[in-house]
Amino acid sequence: MHAPLTPTARLPIGSDADLAWLRQHVRQCAADLGFGLVQQTKLVTAASELARNTLVHGGGGHVEITTPTDGARRGLRLSFVDSGPGIRDVDLALTDGYTTGGGLGMGLSGAKRLVQDFVLDTRPGLGTTVTITEWVSGFPAPRPGAR
Amino acid sequence: MTDFPAVHPEPVPVLALGDILLVTLRGDLYDGAAEQLQYDITQRIANSPVPVGGVVIDLSGVEIVDSFLGRILAEIAASARLLATRTILAGMRPAVAITLVELGLTLPGLATALDVDRALAMLHRAPSVEGGA
Repeated sequence: MHAPLTPTARLPIGSDADLAWLRQHVRQCAADLGFGLVQQTKLVTAASELARNTLVHGGGGHVEITTPTDGARRGLRLSFVDSGPGIRDVDLALTDGYTTGGGLGMGLSGAKRLVQDFVLDTRPGLGTTVTITEWVSGFPAPRPGAR
Repeated sequence: MTDFPAVHPEPVPVLALGDILLVTLRGDLYDGAAEQLQYDITQRIANSPVPVGGVVIDLSGVEIVDSFLGRILAEIAASARLLATRTILAGMRPAVAITLVELGLTLPGLATALDVDRALAMLHRAPSVEGGA
């Protein structure tokens, strides 16, 4: 369905400095691809939430950044990979306000709302991969379940 | 770990402007620096020789606020309030506001102003603040 991906980067997630570096890198990639300011801001914010989950809950990991194309559409895809304990109850983890990490419990559910495509793959004891994809568009992205 | 130069970010300065504490956040804030800021502000309020008339946090140079920084800002305001001091967030960018709402983080109870000037005017109008502009 999609053309072969061009891998652009693989960045480690092991410290708060890595989170800051990742945010800058994603911002730059999104700007280069022609994302609007609001779309850039949403994407960088989602990336920050997911990278912090990788760091805090997954015990660190890495992010893979690719730029898929679908016909004439161009996108930015980020995969956050950890080999931590995994998520036992995905529905619960995606509930607003649910947290095991002392935060607000908005990270995972909030990140899902901020992007167009969100895929969560988790195996208890083996780790979690969250992949988000945002496509360049001149219009606000239609969201399933939007008011 | 990473290869890029290990720059240790400077702590965020807390400036005294009359009886107001002014904090200007710029660019990308490390988690550690945000947590340090919360401690610094409460210490400054508690140890100030004159009553602190309010805290203004200037966000105009901040490109993103995620749930971590949002929580820190809410906790700074909550702890300042327990120390009898108001906090006003000033100058949030429109894209940041849109993103925070979609994230589900509307920060209820946090006072906001469009810029630092208006934040200072709000604090000086407040009846609980001694002195004036």
